[in-house]
Amino acid sequence: MRIPLSWLREFAQVPADATAEDVMAELVKVGFEEEAVHRPTDELKGPIVVGQVLSLVKEPQSNGKTINWCQVRVVPEGQEQTLTGKGIDPYGVQGIICGAHNFVEGDKVVVTLPGAVLPGDFHISARKTYGHLSAGMIASVRELGIGEDHDGILVLSRIGLDPEIGTDAMSLLGLYDEAAEINVTPDRGYAFSIRGVAREYAHATGTVFTDPAAKVNAPAALSGGYGVKLNDDAPIYGKPGCDRFVARTVRGVDATRPTPPWMVSRLRLAGIRSISLPVDISNYVMLELGQPNHCYDLDKLSGDIVVRRAVSGEKITTLDDKVRALDVEDLLITDESGAIGIAGVMGGANTEVSDSTTNILVEAAHFDEVSIGRSRRRHKLPSEASKRFERGVDWQVANIAAQRVVDLLVELAGGTADEAGTDVGTAPDAVTIELPANYAASRIGIDFTEEQITGSLRDLGAIVLMGEEGGSYVVTAPSWRNDLETKEDLSEEIARLVGYDNIPATLPVAPPGRGLTRTQQQKRRVVQALADAGLTEVLSYPFVSKPANDTFGVAEEGAARTALKLANPISEEHGYLRTSVLPGLIEVARRNHSRGFRDLALFEAGSVFLPDGQLGTASIPPLGVKPSDEVLDGLYDGVPDQPLHIAAVLTGHDSPAAAAHTPRAWDWADALDVARLVGDVLGVELVVSQGSHQAFHPGRAAQLALRSGDIVGYAGELHPKLLAAHDMPARSVALELNADALFDAAPDVIVAKHISGFPVATQDVALVVPQEVPADAVLAALREGAGELLEDVALFDVYAGQGIEEGKKSLAFGLRFRATDRTLTADEASEARESAVAVAAERFGAVQR
Amino acid sequence: MTDTLPGAAIPNPLDEAAITAAVEEAVAAIAAASSLEELKAVRLAHTGEKSPLSLANREIGGLPKEQKAAAGKLMGSSRGRVNQALAARTAVLEAENDARILVEETVDVTAAPRRRRAGARHPLSTLQDRVADIFVGMGWEIAEGPEVESEWFNFDALNFKPDHPAREMQDTFFVEPPEAHLLMRTHTSPVQVRSMLEREVPIYVLCPGKVFRTDELDATHTPVFHQFEGLAIDKKLSMADLRGTLEHFARQMFGDEAQIRLRPNYFPFTEPSAELDIWHPGAKGGPRWIEWGGCGMVNPNVLRAAGIDPDEYSGFAFGMGIERTLMFRNEVGDMRDMIEGDVRFSEHFGMEI
Repeated sequence: MRIPLSWLREFAQVPADATAEDVMAELVKVGFEEEAVHRPTDELKGPIVVGQVLSLVKEPQSNGKTINWCQVRVVPEGQEQTLTGKGIDPYGVQGIICGAHNFVEGDKVVVTLPGAVLPGDFHISARKTYGHLSAGMIASVRELGIGEDHDGILVLSRIGLDPEIGTDAMSLLGLYDEAAEINVTPDRGYAFSIRGVAREYAHATGTVFTDPAAKVNAPAALSGGYGVKLNDDAPIYGKPGCDRFVARTVRGVDATRPTPPWMVSRLRLAGIRSISLPVDISNYVMLELGQPNHCYDLDKLSGDIVVRRAVSGEKITTLDDKVRALDVEDLLITDESGAIGIAGVMGGANTEVSDSTTNILVEAAHFDEVSIGRSRRRHKLPSEASKRFERGVDWQVANIAAQRVVDLLVELAGGTADEAGTDVGTAPDAVTIELPANYAASRIGIDFTEEQITGSLRDLGAIVLMGEEGGSYVVTAPSWRNDLETKEDLSEEIARLVGYDNIPATLPVAPPGRGLTRTQQQKRRVVQALADAGLTEVLSYPFVSKPANDTFGVAEEGAARTALKLANPISEEHGYLRTSVLPGLIEVARRNHSRGFRDLALFEAGSVFLPDGQLGTASIPPLGVKPSDEVLDGLYDGVPDQPLHIAAVLTGHDSPAAAAHTPRAWDWADALDVARLVGDVLGVELVVSQGSHQAFHPGRAAQLALRSGDIVGYAGELHPKLLAAHDMPARSVALELNADALFDAAPDVIVAKHISGFPVATQDVALVVPQEVPADAVLAALREGAGELLEDVALFDVYAGQGIEEGKKSLAFGLRFRATDRTLTADEASEARESAVAVAAERFGAVQR
Repeated sequence: MTDTLPGAAIPNPLDEAAITAAVEEAVAAIAAASSLEELKAVRLAHTGEKSPLSLANREIGGLPKEQKAAAGKLMGSSRGRVNQALAARTAVLEAENDARILVEETVDVTAAPRRRRAGARHPLSTLQDRVADIFVGMGWEIAEGPEVESEWFNFDALNFKPDHPAREMQDTFFVEPPEAHLLMRTHTSPVQVRSMLEREVPIYVLCPGKVFRTDELDATHTPVFHQFEGLAIDKKLSMADLRGTLEHFARQMFGDEAQIRLRPNYFPFTEPSAELDIWHPGAKGGPRWIEWGGCGMVNPNVLRAAGIDPDEYSGFAFGMGIERTLMFRNEVGDMRDMIEGDVRFSEHFGMEI
């Protein structure tokens, strides 16, 4: 909401020297945030004065244009020019070149004299042009920054002005005024008006407020006016769409009269363009009193006005000349011809006022917030009217606003008001709230005095009575405060008016807590360990494309690969929620590559979204009531599974190249190593097996599983084709783990292992096995066969080639044996080794070399 | 230095002058040895089997009995002098040798390669942990919830009326199909509702996490950002308790000089509601109030939705943006730096903020 200061001053005691900033500093105290300052003089500087064109000589130029060489009087004849400076004529007559042709000798115009500055940092000076010294400029509204019209210069008589020569044109056009723009929260519809903001300014400063509504002399009752019927047969939530309709008639208006500059200026500062006098008056009254209203061309109306819901298939052409198909829930203003307006949103084109309009019907109605909001959303028609109706308009102000429009039409447009008028509808019940005397104190923490409580509420316009029993107040909220419904609302108002700064600080003590949960600690440890290991944490967006999910998501094809789709994504390309963290990481890697960083180790811990089974709920329970356990379970179950995943991408080399250091290129084993690190941090063993996943190199992917067999992720080299398609370095590697599954698998208690002090006996064994036998499986066989004397076994060499049969490989293992109760003999160790080899031989045909 | 000269006369072990001369010669040669190798040659020449002193010593056996004692004494002390000089010189030369080796092993430590890759946490993640730790230290617990959420938890349970403009102002991402009433949570407040439903009162929880709004990414907006929200439900909590908690937190985060300011505002889930400003003495461009978040007393309708009796319990809630906090605390000028994942951004912070 933009508040022109001159307007605010009519109803609130704003100091004469206060700036928009000063006003905003006061309003912020009562809850209106500062948005912006609109001050024409920030861009516009004088001298800018009224001049009269004394002579005008048309001079055709060689380029085909004709320019006017004008003599313009800027000081009344017989008076002295008080201004001095280069280009200022001491006798008050300026020679000015002007390219516009919409004026004649004798016209009064706006002259920007040398020394003036126009918007766009345009400095006016006397300069030689077209063979003359042009000392100033005759300005258009666009050049002055007060309009879009650039067809010609501003001729003052055409906006109804005949000022004295030499008058300060900036003052004449209201350009010394300024506006404070504040943010109005959605609960406070009343503050979308000068009336509401002036009242708040008075609250903030403790000064006197003059109600603009009280200045209007509206009749207590109206009758005999235009026929209006309220026929809402489908109220929403039981509230009628229209519960008041005031109609007034003004005849004999001249719709072509110019809107006075003070009104144009205030509207402009408030952000509303001047259109025509009747429309400007309508907007002006809306801004002043907060009551949207509408002017119909009375002669274009046929028969009674009926406010009703639309019928199926009905259409309307709105003021913006668009044909709109109506919904049966839309509330309409209609006459015998059909729809003439979408109530509270936008009027119809057929009955709009035009230059030829002479008789006007003024509408000021009160509509249901929800009904208007829905129509506005449905037709995507945010208007000044709908903005106010959606948030709530004062029921009581309708006839006052109608009267104000009538008064201005009479005063400015030369009309005559009918004495008869229409006012139909039923006032809503006033809301009364019981406020226990100590309630606000206990909620706010300030020991309010009775005077603070009743005084604040009365300042708001509420009626405050003592409750029958004592110990409480009965408060009737003012008609413009539809947001005040509960004792909590009243507590806020009291605190707001007394000032939030007066709230003391006390620190409540929470009961003993349990600290971070185990899962929270696990997540932290994993993330920290990865960073400690040299990886860089990134946080990518979860919005991905369908192909990205298909490539990086679950390995199984078909239904399991479904992903959630956004109804309103920022870009259609990234319209799905990720089922894998890798697409985001790859995008980040590519961005870093493009910025010259090729050697990367990136990781992210983030949620993925895996829809399965029930998706959401068909309905949602109402607010303010705890749903039944059954309904709650439905809500919980409808929320899709969103496990935490940890993923990493490694590209290029493991470290920066340096003197005396050769970096190593990341390879598939590094991906496994990072995955194992995560397992190690959590105390979870990852069972590695040859894996198959569409995103990975078919021969260099490891499937990672828990001991239970549950697959928890993949690690290895990314598929070469995929790397090429994404312009990623060859041999880039990656891994992804379901962290939640790992957290769950982490042991609660680790049972200690006996440490034997007896000497170790080591034995090596080289086994020849078929190429396709995984080393890990042979190792497992050895471990199984060696029995309990085996302390450790490790693969230390893999060999194929000369001396080894084609299609086979030699795996060399080191075995460490130790007993807990004695020194092992060489025979015992050898025996254990032989039984280990026997199992490998039986299982894989392993032969000792 | 030469070995024993062939044919040189063997000194008489009773000839004190000749023996002394041989000792003097040996000691001089020892002193002149400049390396362990030279010293070894000197040792052989003057104490070896064929050295004059050894040969003279051997002569003692052939002397008359009564002369043996005198000759033995002379030779003993003479050879002792030479051995002493040898030991002393050996010690000196060995020490010199050790020192030289160390000098020769000198490297340019400033040219050390960086073999270990330096990793980094994302500063938003580090800051989130730090905030959580402050509240855990106060006895609060950390609560989490899903990012795709039921509309009821995100709006209705928080007293957003179905047709109220406040609901639209949240710029919500909806999940298809619309009939399923699922959305990307627009704030972490649904976690508050879940906490109230799942826990026993009194409740003191902090809910950090990712939230989503349909804003295009630019210098000050991002469709995905992080919040932390606090919720306290207990008997007799007032707005003074809210202020006290926020003040304590602000001082933990920004030092003892930190101040906060509350301004009236509107949120459907709190009544009264306030905007929270923090006084930032170190702000770029001079000390000033900075908008930090929103807060207020939990609206009774929110308590009712979670089955908590608003006549018995009251509560307060607050919420701040982590990106915003990082922006003004650490002078991050552009939102995109936090989003794009450029390694320079995170690596500059390392493990700290």
